[in-house]
Amino acid sequence: MPPDLWSLYALMLKSRLLEVAIAKLWDEGLISGEMHLGTGEEAINAGVVAHLREGDAMALDHRGTAAMMMRGVDPVLIVRELLGRPYGLCGGKGGHMHLFSKEHLAASSGIVGAAGPTAAGFALSAQYLRPGAVAVAFFGEGAMNQGLLLESMNLASAWKLPVLFVCKDDGWSITTPSKDMTGGDLNERARGLGVPAVKADGLDVSAVWEAAGAAIERARAGQGPTFLHARCVHFEGHFLGFQLIRTVRHPLKEMPKISIPLTRSFFRPGGAGLPERLAGLKTVLRATLSIWRDPRRDQANDPVRRARQALRSDDTPLQELEDRVEKEVHDGLSAALEEAAS
Amino acid sequence: MRTMFFTQAVDDALAQAMADDPRIVLCGEDTPLLRRELLVRFGPKRVIGTPISESAFLGAGVAAAMTGLRPVVEVYMVDFLGVCMDALLNHAAKVEAFSGGKWTAPVVVRAPCGGGYGDGGQHEQSLWGWLAHIPGLVVLVPSTPADAGGLMLAALRNDGPAIFLEHKLLSETWSDFLGSGGRRTVKYDVPLEGAKGLVPDTWEPLPIGKAILRREGRDLAIVGVGVGVHRAVEARAALEKEGISAGVLDLRTVSPLDKTAICEAVAKTGRLLVVDEDYEGFGLSGELAAVLLEAGISFKYARVCTRTTIPYGRQLEDECLPNTERIRESARKLMRD
Repeated sequence: MPPDLWSLYALMLKSRLLEVAIAKLWDEGLISGEMHLGTGEEAINAGVVAHLREGDAMALDHRGTAAMMMRGVDPVLIVRELLGRPYGLCGGKGGHMHLFSKEHLAASSGIVGAAGPTAAGFALSAQYLRPGAVAVAFFGEGAMNQGLLLESMNLASAWKLPVLFVCKDDGWSITTPSKDMTGGDLNERARGLGVPAVKADGLDVSAVWEAAGAAIERARAGQGPTFLHARCVHFEGHFLGFQLIRTVRHPLKEMPKISIPLTRSFFRPGGAGLPERLAGLKTVLRATLSIWRDPRRDQANDPVRRARQALRSDDTPLQELEDRVEKEVHDGLSAALEEAAS
Repeated sequence: MRTMFFTQAVDDALAQAMADDPRIVLCGEDTPLLRRELLVRFGPKRVIGTPISESAFLGAGVAAAMTGLRPVVEVYMVDFLGVCMDALLNHAAKVEAFSGGKWTAPVVVRAPCGGGYGDGGQHEQSLWGWLAHIPGLVVLVPSTPADAGGLMLAALRNDGPAIFLEHKLLSETWSDFLGSGGRRTVKYDVPLEGAKGLVPDTWEPLPIGKAILRREGRDLAIVGVGVGVHRAVEARAALEKEGISAGVLDLRTVSPLDKTAICEAVAKTGRLLVVDEDYEGFGLSGELAAVLLEAGISFKYARVCTRTTIPYGRQLEDECLPNTERIRESARKLMRD
């Protein structure tokens, strides 16, 4: 069965519009602390979540807002939660890194790699109580160096648990390029634990949908876990206000804050010789320059745009769909903000 | 004397120590970028990035300390020690005892702690009581830039594992990195005296286990650490207007405790009010009562601590963490009853 690109696009667009609105609320100071958005990974979330049905469970990371909404959690409840309101999804007590919906068997954690054991446990209870149901773990490639996740993959393999391990690979472990800190190949690593690994283009929702569908069918049939590896680009970097992105967007304001103390320290007496100091400087420059262009500006990285292009020939229904989704998001936001203001 | 921000002071003391002692190496998640000023001065062999593998790099730091290095291992937040606690609980803290006192693990674990900026209950804990519960670990919680630099140096000279906790509200870099993210639209209740202050031209280690009396008082002794000290000082000013004279004792070290200073402060006033951002049950606040009871001192007691999982919503969070209002109320009650 081919994917229904219309409904996948609707999911992705809704998620994008909601998260762009969330970014604005964060900018305005209505959302406190950190905010990790999923803008740029919509194809991975939609391609996987669209397969889930009642009884299936999700273990989310610190970036789970989009998957929660796609799974059917009311965006009004999500926005209220992010605003810290008592009528939010978790009574204003969780925030975006700790979103929980018992009704959808969906739990989040801000601890890197924690989605692994959680999905394994959800899958274990599914084996007993909800035969045919599956659990999905979402995490980044940085989490693939976390023991608890690798242990869970082994556990799922040994116990033939119905788990889909979804690795959303953006290449960055916060500010560290993941390849500098990772030995070997991630897919080989999964296979080494007896978990079949499949790759899908994380910018192509149809490709993710097909790969996830096959893996989930396999899990439902009792054939055990799969590792799904998909690359993406996060438009806002690790989180909103991410220093590397700030430097790209406002170089005149941000560069002096970094370069002045750096230069002063580079020339301070005491410490390493010049070659070591230069090697240190190279590391900083490499990290800073690796995001030399605002990822938002590179349209080839945008999975939502890509899905839209495939539907463009059908102009009228596309316009109708976009109007409908936009209205839904707008109405939801207005409702959440009105309540917050009163 | 110079003026420095809190984290700037820690890094400056660290730089001084690194220039003096080539055995000191820093490692942790994103350390090359977070400590980039140290990286360009000491090079990538001494400022090392790690994968997100806390169990591996903290455990390795402990063992490297046993065999000659002086590693400063940085974890992103004290909360994340939950992932790798075994390295501290069952290894770093045990080596000296297990080896009959012949071998130690002089590792320094540096971790941001504390809340007040809306990050929720998995990213804002204090946990110094949890850590101090384990025999064999030194736990340091500075409240000013001068103490932060001096205690970092003390941690590096200590012949055993030391946990150095850096409150995120006091740290100019952490409160920007995690809290404001470059925004001007958010404001947090940052204690100015703790965030920026005078520091010595050359760092000297502060004694471990030595409290400091921040304010004199006749009627009661408020005892705390970190941001709690500043909340207490602020409450004290308001209490003064009501005719209540409160002293403020900054413990600076949670383990070992300065029992002499605690006993002196409380014996003088007969009243103890503990301000502790860590959890109320089975922690620092109860320990202080035990210290005084064991010393045979009779006193009236109250505590203002964190009782529940820290809620995400800013208003709920402010009510949950020790605030000046709660401190004043408790002080009044202590005076009344």
